Amino acid sequence: MADRSFSISRLPGFGTIAVAVFVMLYAPIAMLVIFSFNAGDSVAIWEGFSLRWYPEAWANEAVKDATWRSLQIATCASILATTVATMAALGTTRRRATRGQSFVYLMINQPLMVPEIVTAVALLIFFSSIKVATGYQGLGYLIVAHAAFCTPFAYLPIRARLEGMDLSLETASADLYASRWQTFRHVTLPLVLPGAVAGLMLAFVTSLDDVVITLFVKSAGQDTLPTYMLAQIRRSVSAEVNAISTLLLLLTVVLLTAFFLLTRKRT
Amino acid sequence: MSGDPQQAAAARRGWLLSAPALLLLAVGATGPLAIMLVYSFLEPGDYGNVEWALSFEAWFNVILNRDIFDGTLSFADAHLSIFWRSAKLALLTTLFAFVVGFPTAWFIATRNAGARTALLFLITIPFWTNLLIRTFAINQIIRNEGFLNTFLLWIGAIDQPIVMLYTDFAVFLGMTYVYLPLMVLPLFAAIDRFDMALLQAGYDLYASRWQILRHVIVPVVKPGIIAGSILVFIPALGAYVTPRILGGGRNMMIGNFIELQFGQGRNWPLGAALSVVLLVLVSAALIVYTRFATGGDKPHG
Repeated sequence: MADRSFSISRLPGFGTIAVAVFVMLYAPIAMLVIFSFNAGDSVAIWEGFSLRWYPEAWANEAVKDATWRSLQIATCASILATTVATMAALGTTRRRATRGQSFVYLMINQPLMVPEIVTAVALLIFFSSIKVATGYQGLGYLIVAHAAFCTPFAYLPIRARLEGMDLSLETASADLYASRWQTFRHVTLPLVLPGAVAGLMLAFVTSLDDVVITLFVKSAGQDTLPTYMLAQIRRSVSAEVNAISTLLLLLTVVLLTAFFLLTRKRT
Repeated sequence: MSGDPQQAAAARRGWLLSAPALLLLAVGATGPLAIMLVYSFLEPGDYGNVEWALSFEAWFNVILNRDIFDGTLSFADAHLSIFWRSAKLALLTTLFAFVVGFPTAWFIATRNAGARTALLFLITIPFWTNLLIRTFAINQIIRNEGFLNTFLLWIGAIDQPIVMLYTDFAVFLGMTYVYLPLMVLPLFAAIDRFDMALLQAGYDLYASRWQILRHVIVPVVKPGIIAGSILVFIPALGAYVTPRILGGGRNMMIGNFIELQFGQGRNWPLGAALSVVLLVLVSAALIVYTRFATGGDKPHG
């Protein structure tokens, strides 16, 4: 019966287009996943179900290496990003807006506004001279670069959480003679925590998916999973890439679902 | 205001807490941009990198060619055609994303609460999944020996595979595919606030569906249209991964052309100058965005 009142908002053809969009959005990904279970090495002709590509990909030393490196970078970068983002969110919310605050917003959101290729080139120039000057070639550059572009993703959910927070709780705590640290530890932190965990997950996913900045910043032999896949795609198609993609997709969907459940609880 | 010691202390604490984030972004994002600007005014080194000598050559080379023999200047056709392709593909992507994104956003916004949440989640998942994987999925579908051609050959619709991969069309298709969620989400946000009673009023005044769409719906959801268009246009203009995987070596966009300067091109200053150009174009688009989109309309991401 609710449907009747909606008929007024129904526009001809819109429903058809919408359904087509949803199908088109998922069909290519579905094909990719399906062909990761193909017995043959074609990505177009089905030759029967097989799990061979998963162990085959894992047996590849380069894949193992890249996976480990990706996880290492994503873990370090997302923790770093979430830590600084939480501090910045605590420093920029729950008080009157000032000009300094909008400067901090602008700085933190800057990676979202600048095209990735531009940031990548700028980092290549900057880090290459540091590499020459210090001789250090490690993963530090990638971790710093990833942490920087992950910070806005960590910051947004934390800030949203803090803005929805009841300020009187902190005041009440102070009225009860709690020290500033006690207030933070027992009142503010538990309230921020879901936002911080949500931010951490977004930052982790963002770091794990990055191609462009990693490609420009990495030193030789520092392939992450995405840059390894990019190099593979260039050479030839093999269902090995489909298997890796499927696992990465699975990880993303799991983390995103957790994120949605976590942030939905707020209401 | 600044005389209030409590306010001043709060402000100081705010800066102190923000300092680590500001430092990280200064090192990992903003600072290097300034260094890049400096590099665009230097001379290219023989094996990449730069010579520390002031030169405006890179900036000339963005659109001009200097003849190596007599030094006469002419337009660099190769560069201009890459700019033109980038602008054309980014605009086409934005336009098509709107044409299919608007009905989708409208459809989602007019469902009941439960279906709406589910459909929004379905739009959001591709947005967060790896861009490389999504582009690669398109590559597998449209390549000569890919699913689409194999299927068409099998049913006998064609007897030669249709060459789609490594064409401008492939890049356009791929970019529309990967950036579509960025169009749908802000459109949804705008349509969601649209007062459906306005439709009733329109129909009561004997407006046709088309008139309602043009004169009632579009003006009201305009901020969402602008937001969505900018959000698609900006990454499309600076796209790197999609044209690389679907456009191949010949159908370059600005992003790939920039990369070339740091690889085989060995012309870092030109690459830096091109990056500055791209940054300026995107900033201009962003200024349009902030001027037109209303304050409450902030899609995250």
